[in-house]
Amino acid sequence: MGIGVLGKVYEDSETIVEQGGTGDCMYVVQQGHVTVCVKQGDHEITLSRLGPGDVFGEMALFTKEPRSATVRAEGKARVLTIDKRGFLKRIHEDPTLAFRILQKMSERIRKLNEEVARLRP
Amino acid sequence: MELQEGARVGVVGGGPAGTLTSYFILEMAQRAGLSFEVDIYEGRDFSRAGPAGCNMCGGIVSESLVQMLAAEGINLPPPVVQRGIDSYVLHTDVGQVRIATPGEEMRIAALHRGSGPRGAAAGPWKSFDGFLLDLACEKGARHIPGRVKELTWQDGLPAVQTDGQPARPYDLLVGATGINASGHKLFEKLGFRYEQPRTAKTSMLELLIGREKLQDSLGNAMHVFLLDLPRLEFAALIPKGEYISVCLLGHDIDRELVDHFMHSGPVRSCLTEDYESGSEACHCSPRINIGEAKHLFTDRVVLVGDCGVSRLYKDGIGAAYRAAKACAATVVLHGVSEEDFQKFYWPACKRMQRDNRVGKALFLSAGLFRRLAFLTRAMLNVARSEQRPDSRSRALSTVVWDTFTGSAPYTDVLLRSLKPGLVLPFAAACCCALLPFGEGKGSG
Repeated sequence: MGIGVLGKVYEDSETIVEQGGTGDCMYVVQQGHVTVCVKQGDHEITLSRLGPGDVFGEMALFTKEPRSATVRAEGKARVLTIDKRGFLKRIHEDPTLAFRILQKMSERIRKLNEEVARLRP
Repeated sequence: MELQEGARVGVVGGGPAGTLTSYFILEMAQRAGLSFEVDIYEGRDFSRAGPAGCNMCGGIVSESLVQMLAAEGINLPPPVVQRGIDSYVLHTDVGQVRIATPGEEMRIAALHRGSGPRGAAAGPWKSFDGFLLDLACEKGARHIPGRVKELTWQDGLPAVQTDGQPARPYDLLVGATGINASGHKLFEKLGFRYEQPRTAKTSMLELLIGREKLQDSLGNAMHVFLLDLPRLEFAALIPKGEYISVCLLGHDIDRELVDHFMHSGPVRSCLTEDYESGSEACHCSPRINIGEAKHLFTDRVVLVGDCGVSRLYKDGIGAAYRAAKACAATVVLHGVSEEDFQKFYWPACKRMQRDNRVGKALFLSAGLFRRLAFLTRAMLNVARSEQRPDSRSRALSTVVWDTFTGSAPYTDVLLRSLKPGLVLPFAAACCCALLPFGEGKGSG
Protein backbone atom coordinates (compact mmCIF):
# COMPACT_ATOMS: atom_id res chain seq x y z
CA MET A 1 0.00 0.00 0.00
CA GLY A 2 2.98 2.34 -0.34
CA ILE A 3 4.95 4.40 2.14
CA GLY A 4 2.68 7.43 2.31
CA VAL A 5 0.07 5.73 4.43
CA LEU A 6 -1.22 5.93 7.97
CA GLY A 7 -2.57 3.17 10.16
CA LYS A 8 -2.01 -0.56 10.10
CA VAL A 9 -2.52 -2.87 7.15
CA TYR A 10 -4.65 -5.94 7.69
CA GLU A 11 -4.65 -8.84 5.24
CA ASP A 12 -7.78 -10.34 3.76
CA SER A 13 -9.99 -11.93 6.48
CA GLU A 14 -7.62 -10.83 9.25
CA THR A 15 -9.51 -10.03 12.44
CA ILE A 16 -9.26 -6.46 13.60
CA VAL A 17 -11.73 -6.65 16.46
CA GLU A 18 -13.05 -9.85 18.05
CA GLN A 19 -16.59 -10.14 19.40
CA GLY A 20 -16.46 -10.52 23.17
CA GLY A 21 -13.01 -9.02 23.46
CA THR A 22 -12.13 -5.90 25.41
CA GLY A 23 -11.22 -2.68 23.73
CA ASP A 24 -9.81 0.72 24.53
CA CYS A 25 -9.84 2.27 21.13
CA MET A 26 -11.96 2.88 18.08
CA TYR A 27 -10.96 2.60 14.46
CA VAL A 28 -11.29 4.54 11.25
CA VAL A 29 -11.01 2.78 7.89
CA GLN A 30 -8.40 4.55 5.77
CA GLN A 31 -8.32 2.32 2.73
CA GLY A 32 -10.13 -0.83 1.61
CA HIS A 33 -13.15 -2.39 3.31
CA VAL A 34 -14.03 -4.30 6.45
CA THR A 35 -17.01 -6.46 7.32
CA VAL A 36 -18.83 -6.37 10.64
CA CYS A 37 -20.24 -9.72 11.80
CA VAL A 38 -21.92 -11.14 14.87
CA LYS A 39 -21.99 -14.74 16.01
CA GLN A 40 -25.38 -16.24 16.62
CA GLY A 41 -25.01 -19.80 17.79
CA ASP A 42 -23.00 -21.59 15.15
CA HIS A 43 -23.66 -18.99 12.51
CA GLU A 44 -22.04 -15.72 11.75
CA ILE A 45 -24.24 -12.96 10.37
CA THR A 46 -22.76 -10.10 8.41
CA LEU A 47 -24.23 -6.84 9.65
CA SER A 48 -22.50 -4.31 7.45
CA ARG A 49 -19.60 -3.46 5.20
CA LEU A 50 -17.56 -0.39 5.98
CA GLY A 51 -15.29 1.62 3.72
CA PRO A 52 -12.88 4.55 3.82
CA GLY A 53 -13.81 7.15 6.41
CA ASP A 54 -16.14 4.81 8.31
CA VAL A 55 -15.72 4.40 12.04
CA PHE A 56 -16.11 1.23 14.11
CA GLY A 57 -15.45 0.15 17.67
CA GLU A 58 -16.63 3.49 18.99
CA MET A 59 -18.84 1.94 21.67
CA ALA A 60 -15.66 0.97 23.56
CA LEU A 61 -15.05 4.66 24.16
CA PHE A 62 -18.28 5.06 26.11
CA THR A 63 -18.86 1.71 27.81
CA LYS A 64 -16.81 -1.07 29.32
CA GLU A 65 -18.88 -3.74 27.63
CA PRO A 66 -17.10 -6.38 25.52
CA ARG A 67 -16.90 -5.81 21.80
CA SER A 68 -20.33 -6.43 20.32
CA ALA A 69 -19.16 -7.66 16.92
CA THR A 70 -16.21 -9.06 15.02
CA VAL A 71 -14.65 -6.89 12.35
CA ARG A 72 -12.46 -8.40 9.65
CA ALA A 73 -10.61 -7.02 6.68
CA GLU A 74 -12.22 -7.68 3.31
CA GLY A 75 -9.27 -7.80 0.99
CA LYS A 76 -6.34 -5.72 2.18
CA ALA A 77 -7.52 -2.92 4.44
CA ARG A 78 -5.73 -0.10 6.19
CA VAL A 79 -7.16 1.01 9.50
CA LEU A 80 -6.18 3.80 11.90
CA THR A 81 -6.57 3.39 15.67
CA ILE A 82 -7.93 6.19 17.81
CA ASP A 83 -6.88 5.76 21.45
CA LYS A 84 -9.64 6.06 24.01
CA ARG A 85 -7.73 8.04 26.58
CA GLY A 86 -6.46 10.72 24.22
CA PHE A 87 -9.87 10.99 22.58
CA LEU A 88 -11.74 11.41 25.86
CA LYS A 89 -9.22 13.99 27.08
CA ARG A 90 -9.71 15.94 23.90
CA ILE A 91 -13.53 15.72 24.15
CA HIS A 92 -13.26 17.17 27.65
CA GLU A 93 -11.46 20.19 26.15
CA ASP A 94 -13.61 20.33 23.03
CA PRO A 95 -17.00 18.62 23.34
CA THR A 96 -17.82 19.32 19.68
CA LEU A 97 -15.33 16.59 18.75
CA ALA A 98 -17.93 14.00 19.79
CA PHE A 99 -20.48 15.34 17.32
CA ARG A 100 -19.43 13.24 14.37
CA ILE A 101 -19.41 10.04 16.45
CA LEU A 102 -22.90 10.86 17.71
CA GLN A 103 -23.99 11.52 14.15
CA LYS A 104 -22.70 8.11 13.02
CA MET A 105 -24.38 6.41 15.98
CA SER A 106 -27.65 8.17 15.16
CA GLU A 107 -27.44 6.94 11.58
CA ARG A 108 -26.90 3.39 12.81
CA ILE A 109 -29.87 3.60 15.17
CA ARG A 110 -32.03 4.84 12.30
CA LYS A 111 -30.95 1.92 10.11
CA LEU A 112 -31.54 -0.53 12.96
CA ASN A 113 -35.04 0.91 13.52
CA GLU A 114 -35.81 0.42 9.84
CA GLU A 115 -34.48 -3.14 9.98
CA VAL A 116 -36.52 -3.97 13.09
CA ALA A 117 -39.66 -2.49 11.52
CA ARG A 118 -39.04 -4.55 8.40
CA LEU A 119 -38.59 -7.79 10.33
CA ARG A 120 -41.58 -7.36 12.63
CA PRO A 121 -44.59 -9.36 11.45
CA MET B 1 -23.03 40.19 18.61
CA GLU B 2 -24.10 36.91 16.97
CA LEU B 3 -23.51 36.10 13.33
CA GLN B 4 -26.77 35.93 11.44
CA GLU B 5 -27.79 33.88 8.42
CA GLY B 6 -25.72 34.97 5.41
CA ALA B 7 -22.95 36.54 7.54
CA ARG B 8 -19.68 37.19 5.77
CA VAL B 9 -16.39 35.95 7.21
CA GLY B 10 -13.01 36.99 5.84
CA VAL B 11 -9.99 34.82 6.64
CA VAL B 12 -6.54 36.26 5.92
CA GLY B 13 -4.17 33.33 5.45
CA GLY B 14 -4.81 29.95 3.86
CA GLY B 15 -2.44 27.80 5.92
CA PRO B 16 -3.78 25.21 8.38
CA ALA B 17 -5.01 27.77 10.91
CA GLY B 18 -6.99 29.71 8.31
CA THR B 19 -8.38 26.75 6.38
CA LEU B 20 -9.30 24.75 9.48
CA THR B 21 -11.00 27.79 11.02
CA SER B 22 -12.96 28.25 7.80
CA TYR B 23 -13.81 24.54 7.59
CA PHE B 24 -15.09 24.32 11.16
CA ILE B 25 -16.99 27.62 10.99
CA LEU B 26 -18.84 26.35 7.92
CA GLU B 27 -19.38 22.87 9.37
CA MET B 28 -20.71 24.12 12.70
CA ALA B 29 -22.85 26.72 10.97
CA GLN B 30 -24.39 24.00 8.78
CA ARG B 31 -25.12 21.92 11.88
CA ALA B 32 -26.83 24.93 13.43
CA GLY B 33 -28.90 25.43 10.27
CA LEU B 34 -27.01 28.56 9.23
CA SER B 35 -25.22 29.48 6.05
CA PHE B 36 -22.22 31.82 6.06
CA GLU B 37 -20.00 33.14 3.30
CA VAL B 38 -16.35 32.52 4.01
CA ASP B 39 -13.56 34.05 1.91
CA ILE B 40 -10.01 32.76 2.36
CA TYR B 41 -7.30 35.15 1.21
CA GLU B 42 -4.20 33.21 0.28
CA GLY B 43 -1.66 34.37 -2.28
CA ARG B 44 0.54 31.27 -2.27
CA ASP B 45 -0.03 28.62 -4.90
CA PHE B 46 0.39 25.36 -2.96
CA SER B 47 0.66 23.38 -6.19
CA ARG B 48 4.06 24.95 -6.84
CA ALA B 49 7.28 23.36 -5.64
CA GLY B 50 9.81 25.37 -3.71
CA PRO B 51 9.36 28.51 -1.61
CA ALA B 52 6.51 29.86 -3.76
CA GLY B 53 4.18 27.14 -2.54
CA CYS B 54 5.57 26.38 0.88
CA ASN B 55 4.66 27.65 4.34
CA MET B 56 8.04 26.54 5.73
CA CYS B 57 7.67 23.89 8.37
CA GLY B 58 9.13 20.50 9.26
CA GLY B 59 5.94 18.90 8.01
CA ILE B 60 4.96 16.57 10.83
CA VAL B 61 1.39 15.85 11.86
CA SER B 62 1.64 14.35 15.34
CA GLU B 63 0.10 11.07 16.37
CA SER B 64 -2.61 12.73 18.44
CA LEU B 65 -3.49 15.17 15.66
CA VAL B 66 -3.71 12.39 13.05
CA GLN B 67 -6.23 10.69 15.34
CA MET B 68 -8.23 13.83 16.13
CA LEU B 69 -8.44 14.79 12.46
CA ALA B 70 -9.66 11.27 11.67
CA ALA B 71 -12.30 11.62 14.41
CA GLU B 72 -13.35 14.88 12.71
CA GLY B 73 -13.73 13.01 9.43
CA ILE B 74 -10.50 14.43 7.97
CA ASN B 75 -8.39 11.47 6.87
CA LEU B 76 -4.99 12.27 5.37
CA PRO B 77 -4.70 10.39 2.06
CA PRO B 78 -1.53 8.87 0.57
CA PRO B 79 -0.78 11.69 -1.91
CA VAL B 80 -0.63 14.09 1.04
CA VAL B 81 1.26 11.79 3.42
CA GLN B 82 4.80 11.50 2.12
CA ARG B 83 5.65 8.86 4.67
CA GLY B 84 3.85 7.18 7.55
CA ILE B 85 6.16 7.22 10.55
CA ASP B 86 6.04 4.19 12.83
CA SER B 87 8.92 4.89 15.17
CA TYR B 88 11.55 7.34 16.08
CA VAL B 89 15.20 7.03 16.94
CA LEU B 90 16.65 9.27 19.61
CA HIS B 91 20.34 9.93 18.96
CA THR B 92 22.63 11.26 21.65
CA ASP B 93 26.36 11.61 22.03
CA VAL B 94 26.48 8.38 24.04
CA GLY B 95 24.18 6.17 22.07
CA GLN B 96 20.75 5.85 20.55
CA VAL B 97 17.44 4.10 21.10
CA ARG B 98 14.59 3.25 18.76
CA ILE B 99 11.08 3.72 20.11
CA ALA B 100 8.26 2.24 18.07
CA THR B 101 4.55 2.99 18.05
CA PRO B 102 2.31 0.35 19.56
CA GLY B 103 1.06 -2.32 17.21
CA GLU B 104 3.44 -1.42 14.36
CA GLU B 105 1.04 1.21 13.18
CA MET B 106 1.99 4.22 11.11
CA ARG B 107 0.72 6.94 13.42
CA ILE B 108 2.61 10.06 12.47
CA ALA B 109 2.38 11.76 9.08
CA ALA B 110 5.43 13.27 7.42
CA LEU B 111 4.33 15.56 4.64
CA HIS B 112 5.23 18.53 2.46
CA ARG B 113 3.42 21.72 3.28
CA GLY B 114 3.78 22.80 -0.36
CA SER B 115 4.34 20.58 -3.38
CA GLY B 116 7.87 19.64 -2.51
CA PRO B 117 11.23 21.35 -2.36
CA ARG B 118 12.68 23.58 -5.04
CA GLY B 119 13.29 21.66 -8.23
CA ALA B 120 11.02 18.79 -7.23
CA ALA B 121 9.57 17.16 -10.30
CA ALA B 122 5.81 16.95 -10.46
CA GLY B 123 4.98 13.80 -8.57
CA PRO B 124 2.00 11.95 -7.20
CA TRP B 125 2.15 13.90 -3.95
CA LYS B 126 -0.07 16.74 -2.87
CA SER B 127 0.52 19.71 -0.63
CA PHE B 128 -0.91 19.39 2.89
CA ASP B 129 -1.88 23.05 2.90
CA GLY B 130 -3.43 22.60 -0.53
CA PHE B 131 -5.39 19.59 0.73
CA LEU B 132 -6.82 21.56 3.65
CA LEU B 133 -7.63 24.52 1.39
CA ASP B 134 -9.51 22.19 -0.95
CA LEU B 135 -11.42 20.75 2.03
CA ALA B 136 -12.46 24.21 3.14
CA CYS B 137 -13.58 25.07 -0.39
CA GLU B 138 -15.56 21.83 -0.62
CA LYS B 139 -17.32 22.93 2.58
CA GLY B 140 -18.24 26.18 0.86
CA ALA B 141 -15.35 28.58 1.40
CA ARG B 142 -14.17 30.76 -1.48
CA HIS B 143 -10.45 31.03 -2.12
CA ILE B 144 -9.34 34.50 -3.15
CA PRO B 145 -5.80 34.30 -4.50
CA GLY B 146 -3.82 37.48 -4.15
CA ARG B 147 -2.06 39.47 -1.53
CA VAL B 148 -3.94 41.45 1.10
CA LYS B 149 -2.71 45.03 0.89
CA GLU B 150 -4.49 46.66 3.80
CA LEU B 151 -7.04 46.12 6.54
CA THR B 152 -9.36 48.95 7.51
CA TRP B 153 -12.61 49.66 9.32
CA GLN B 154 -15.72 50.55 7.34
CA ASP B 155 -18.78 51.59 9.35
CA GLY B 156 -17.69 49.44 12.26
CA LEU B 157 -16.88 46.39 10.11
CA PRO B 158 -13.36 45.15 9.33
CA ALA B 159 -12.58 45.37 5.62
CA VAL B 160 -9.98 43.66 3.42
CA GLN B 161 -8.26 45.43 0.56
CA THR B 162 -6.39 43.53 -2.13
CA ASP B 163 -4.56 44.90 -5.16
CA GLY B 164 -6.88 46.58 -7.64
CA GLN B 165 -10.04 45.71 -5.70
CA PRO B 166 -12.28 47.84 -3.49
CA ALA B 167 -12.16 47.04 0.21
CA ARG B 168 -14.56 44.23 1.15
CA PRO B 169 -16.25 44.55 4.56
CA TYR B 170 -16.88 41.45 6.69
CA ASP B 171 -18.97 40.62 9.77
CA LEU B 172 -15.92 38.78 11.12
CA LEU B 173 -12.26 38.98 10.17
CA VAL B 174 -9.97 36.08 11.07
CA GLY B 175 -6.22 36.61 10.97
CA ALA B 176 -4.27 33.42 10.23
CA THR B 177 -1.23 34.97 8.64
CA GLY B 178 1.48 33.07 10.48
CA ILE B 179 4.59 34.96 11.47
CA ASN B 180 6.91 34.50 8.54
CA ALA B 181 5.13 36.70 6.03
CA SER B 182 4.31 40.26 7.02
CA GLY B 183 0.55 39.74 7.03
CA HIS B 184 0.26 39.85 10.82
CA LYS B 185 1.54 43.45 10.74
CA LEU B 186 -1.65 44.45 8.93
CA PHE B 187 -3.58 43.57 12.08
CA GLU B 188 -1.35 45.80 14.20
CA LYS B 189 -2.76 48.73 12.24
CA LEU B 190 -6.39 47.93 13.10
CA GLY B 191 -5.93 49.65 16.41
CA PHE B 192 -6.83 46.97 18.94
CA ARG B 193 -3.28 46.77 20.27
CA TYR B 194 -2.42 43.39 18.82
CA GLU B 195 1.25 42.55 19.44
CA GLN B 196 2.91 39.71 17.60
CA PRO B 197 4.51 36.91 19.64
CA ARG B 198 8.21 36.51 20.29
CA THR B 199 9.83 34.31 17.71
CA ALA B 200 12.93 32.19 17.20
CA LYS B 201 14.69 31.33 13.98
CA THR B 202 14.97 27.73 12.92
CA SER B 203 16.71 26.15 9.98
CA MET B 204 15.19 23.70 7.52
CA LEU B 205 16.93 21.81 4.76
CA GLU B 206 15.57 19.40 2.20
CA LEU B 207 18.00 16.75 0.96
CA LEU B 208 17.16 14.78 -2.18
CA ILE B 209 18.09 11.19 -1.38
CA GLY B 210 15.78 9.05 -3.48
CA ARG B 211 13.11 6.66 -2.29
CA GLU B 212 15.21 3.49 -2.11
CA LYS B 213 18.20 5.05 -0.39
CA LEU B 214 15.84 6.76 2.02
CA GLN B 215 14.22 3.45 2.90
CA ASP B 216 17.67 1.93 3.52
CA SER B 217 18.93 4.80 5.65
CA LEU B 218 16.06 6.19 7.73
CA GLY B 219 13.22 3.82 6.89
CA ASN B 220 9.92 4.88 8.44
CA ALA B 221 11.55 6.35 11.52
CA MET B 222 11.92 9.98 12.47
CA HIS B 223 15.39 10.64 13.87
CA VAL B 224 15.73 13.15 16.68
CA PHE B 225 19.10 14.40 17.86
CA LEU B 226 19.96 15.57 21.35
CA LEU B 227 23.62 16.46 20.87
CA ASP B 228 25.90 18.64 22.91
CA LEU B 229 26.61 21.11 20.13
CA PRO B 230 26.82 24.82 21.01
CA ARG B 231 23.71 26.79 20.06
CA LEU B 232 21.74 23.69 19.03
CA GLU B 233 18.74 22.73 21.19
CA PHE B 234 17.70 19.74 19.12
CA ALA B 235 17.36 18.61 15.55
CA ALA B 236 15.41 16.08 13.53
CA LEU B 237 15.75 14.16 10.28
CA ILE B 238 12.33 13.44 8.84
CA PRO B 239 12.06 10.98 5.97
CA LYS B 240 9.58 11.85 3.26
CA GLY B 241 8.95 10.40 -0.20
CA GLU B 242 12.22 11.23 -1.95
CA TYR B 243 13.61 13.75 0.51
CA ILE B 244 14.89 14.04 4.02
CA SER B 245 13.77 17.17 5.85
CA VAL B 246 16.36 18.38 8.31
CA CYS B 247 15.04 20.65 11.05
CA LEU B 248 17.31 22.47 13.48
CA LEU B 249 16.22 24.45 16.49
CA GLY B 250 18.55 26.58 18.58
CA HIS B 251 20.15 30.02 18.76
CA ASP B 252 21.69 31.92 15.87
CA ILE B 253 21.67 28.91 13.60
CA ASP B 254 24.04 29.58 10.73
CA ARG B 255 25.72 27.63 7.95
CA GLU B 256 28.62 26.71 10.23
CA LEU B 257 26.30 25.11 12.77
CA VAL B 258 24.35 23.33 10.05
CA ASP B 259 27.56 21.86 8.61
CA HIS B 260 28.83 20.93 12.07
CA PHE B 261 25.57 19.09 12.77
CA MET B 262 25.40 17.34 9.41
CA HIS B 263 28.98 16.11 9.75
CA SER B 264 28.57 14.89 13.33
CA GLY B 265 28.97 11.18 14.00
CA PRO B 266 25.34 10.42 14.90
CA VAL B 267 24.05 12.12 11.73
CA ARG B 268 26.61 10.47 9.47
CA SER B 269 25.65 7.11 10.91
CA CYS B 270 22.07 7.68 9.67
CA LEU B 271 22.78 8.78 6.14
CA THR B 272 24.04 6.34 3.51
CA GLU B 273 25.88 9.11 1.71
CA ASP B 274 28.10 11.90 2.93
CA TYR B 275 26.43 15.24 3.11
CA GLU B 276 28.02 17.97 1.07
CA SER B 277 27.53 21.54 2.13
CA GLY B 278 25.33 23.32 -0.35
CA SER B 279 23.91 20.11 -1.81
CA GLU B 280 20.48 20.64 -0.33
CA ALA B 281 17.52 21.01 -2.68
CA CYS B 282 15.96 23.66 -0.50
CA HIS B 283 16.89 25.69 2.55
CA CYS B 284 14.92 28.15 4.61
CA SER B 285 15.08 29.79 8.02
CA PRO B 286 11.49 30.10 9.20
CA ARG B 287 10.58 31.73 12.47
CA ILE B 288 8.51 29.91 15.04
CA ASN B 289 6.28 31.25 17.77
CA ILE B 290 7.97 30.95 21.16
CA GLY B 291 6.25 33.71 23.10
CA GLU B 292 2.88 35.11 23.92
CA ALA B 293 1.12 37.37 21.47
CA LYS B 294 -0.97 40.08 23.09
CA HIS B 295 -4.52 41.19 22.38
CA LEU B 296 -5.57 38.48 19.96
CA PHE B 297 -9.08 39.76 19.44
CA THR B 298 -11.53 42.59 19.51
CA ASP B 299 -15.09 42.94 18.32
CA ARG B 300 -15.32 41.16 14.94
CA VAL B 301 -11.59 40.41 14.66
CA VAL B 302 -9.66 37.40 15.95
CA LEU B 303 -6.22 35.92 15.32
CA VAL B 304 -5.50 32.19 15.19
CA GLY B 305 -2.45 30.05 14.62
CA ASP B 306 1.20 31.06 14.78
CA CYS B 307 0.42 34.78 14.74
CA GLY B 308 -1.54 34.20 17.94
CA VAL B 309 -0.81 31.32 20.25
CA SER B 310 0.96 28.11 19.30
CA ARG B 311 2.62 25.21 21.05
CA LEU B 312 6.25 25.61 22.01
CA TYR B 313 8.66 24.03 19.50
CA LYS B 314 6.36 21.13 18.58
CA ASP B 315 3.02 20.30 16.99
CA GLY B 316 2.39 23.69 15.43
CA ILE B 317 -0.21 22.20 13.12
CA GLY B 318 -1.92 20.61 16.14
CA ALA B 319 -1.97 24.00 17.87
CA ALA B 320 -3.52 25.54 14.75
CA TYR B 321 -6.24 22.86 14.81
CA ARG B 322 -7.06 23.49 18.49
CA ALA B 323 -7.19 27.24 18.04
CA ALA B 324 -9.27 26.88 14.87
CA LYS B 325 -11.85 24.69 16.63
CA ALA B 326 -12.08 27.00 19.63
CA CYS B 327 -12.46 30.02 17.36
CA ALA B 328 -15.11 28.34 15.19
CA ALA B 329 -17.12 27.17 18.21
CA THR B 330 -17.04 30.67 19.68
CA VAL B 331 -18.06 32.34 16.43
CA VAL B 332 -20.95 30.00 15.58
CA LEU B 333 -22.28 29.09 19.02
CA HIS B 334 -21.75 32.34 20.90
CA GLY B 335 -20.78 35.44 18.98
CA VAL B 336 -17.99 37.62 17.65
CA SER B 337 -17.71 40.27 20.32
CA GLU B 338 -14.56 40.78 22.32
CA GLU B 339 -16.40 39.40 25.36
CA ASP B 340 -17.34 36.25 23.44
CA PHE B 341 -13.75 35.64 22.38
CA GLN B 342 -12.53 36.39 25.89
CA LYS B 343 -14.96 33.93 27.43
CA PHE B 344 -14.92 31.07 24.92
CA TYR B 345 -11.82 31.35 22.68
CA TRP B 346 -9.23 32.67 25.09
CA PRO B 347 -9.39 29.68 27.51
CA ALA B 348 -8.08 27.37 24.75
CA CYS B 349 -5.27 29.83 24.01
CA LYS B 350 -4.51 30.27 27.70
CA ARG B 351 -4.34 26.51 28.13
CA MET B 352 -1.68 26.35 25.42
CA GLN B 353 0.24 29.24 26.94
CA ARG B 354 0.24 27.65 30.40
CA ASP B 355 1.29 24.35 28.88
CA ASN B 356 4.11 26.06 27.01
CA ARG B 357 5.57 27.28 30.31
CA VAL B 358 5.79 23.66 31.40
CA GLY B 359 7.25 22.82 28.00
CA LYS B 360 9.97 25.40 28.52
CA ALA B 361 10.98 23.66 31.74
CA LEU B 362 10.94 20.26 30.01
CA PHE B 363 13.20 21.43 27.22
CA LEU B 364 15.53 23.07 29.73
CA SER B 365 15.85 19.70 31.42
CA ALA B 366 16.52 18.14 28.02
CA GLY B 367 19.46 20.54 27.90
CA LEU B 368 20.73 18.98 31.13
CA PHE B 369 20.56 15.57 29.53
CA ARG B 370 22.62 16.86 26.61
CA ARG B 371 25.36 18.00 28.95
CA LEU B 372 25.40 15.21 31.55
CA ALA B 373 26.34 11.94 29.91
CA PHE B 374 25.29 9.75 32.84
CA LEU B 375 21.72 11.09 32.67
CA THR B 376 21.58 10.35 28.95
CA ARG B 377 22.99 6.87 29.41
CA ALA B 378 20.45 6.13 32.11
CA MET B 379 17.62 7.36 29.90
CA LEU B 380 18.80 5.27 26.96
CA ASN B 381 19.19 2.16 29.10
CA VAL B 382 15.71 2.43 30.58
CA ALA B 383 14.17 3.19 27.18
CA ARG B 384 15.95 0.23 25.60
CA SER B 385 14.76 -2.14 28.29
CA GLU B 386 11.21 -0.88 27.80
CA GLN B 387 11.36 -1.80 24.09
CA ARG B 388 11.86 -5.49 24.88
CA PRO B 389 8.83 -7.64 23.98
CA ASP B 390 8.51 -8.83 27.60
CA SER B 391 8.60 -5.33 29.05
CA ARG B 392 5.46 -4.35 30.98
CA SER B 393 6.11 -0.66 31.08
CA ARG B 394 6.85 1.97 28.48
CA ALA B 395 6.65 4.85 30.95
CA LEU B 396 9.89 6.58 30.06
CA SER B 397 9.66 5.76 26.35
CA THR B 398 6.26 7.39 26.07
CA VAL B 399 7.46 10.45 28.00
CA VAL B 400 10.41 10.80 25.64
CA TRP B 401 8.17 10.08 22.64
CA ASP B 402 5.57 12.66 23.63
CA THR B 403 8.19 15.29 24.44
CA PHE B 404 9.86 15.05 21.06
CA THR B 405 6.82 14.39 18.89
CA GLY B 406 4.50 16.90 20.56
CA SER B 407 1.81 14.28 20.78
CA ALA B 408 0.69 15.12 24.32
CA PRO B 409 0.41 18.32 26.37
CA TYR B 410 3.66 19.14 28.16
CA THR B 411 1.84 19.22 31.50
CA ASP B 412 0.76 15.63 30.90
CA VAL B 413 4.34 14.67 30.04
CA LEU B 414 5.67 16.32 33.20
CA LEU B 415 3.14 14.63 35.47
CA ARG B 416 3.92 11.24 33.96
CA SER B 417 7.65 11.81 34.34
CA LEU B 418 7.19 12.29 38.09
CA LYS B 419 5.44 8.97 38.64
CA PRO B 420 7.26 6.36 40.74
CA GLY B 421 6.96 3.84 37.89
CA LEU B 422 9.31 6.02 35.89
CA VAL B 423 11.36 7.77 38.56
CA LEU B 424 12.50 4.63 40.38
CA PRO B 425 13.87 2.68 37.41
CA PHE B 426 15.42 5.86 36.05
CA ALA B 427 17.10 6.64 39.39
CA ALA B 428 18.45 3.09 39.51
CA ALA B 429 19.76 3.45 35.96
CA CYS B 430 21.43 6.75 36.91
CA CYS B 431 23.26 5.00 39.76
CA CYS B 432 24.44 2.30 37.37
CA ALA B 433 25.51 4.88 34.81
CA LEU B 434 27.58 6.71 37.43
CA LEU B 435 29.48 3.59 38.41
CA PRO B 436 32.56 2.89 36.28
CA PHE B 437 31.55 -0.70 35.56
CA GLY B 438 27.93 0.24 34.98
CA GLU B 439 28.42 2.48 31.94
CA GLY B 440 25.96 1.34 29.29
CA LYS B 441 27.46 2.24 25.97
CA GLY B 442 26.43 1.08 22.58
CA SER B 443 23.54 1.63 20.31
CA GLY B 444 20.01 0.53 20.84
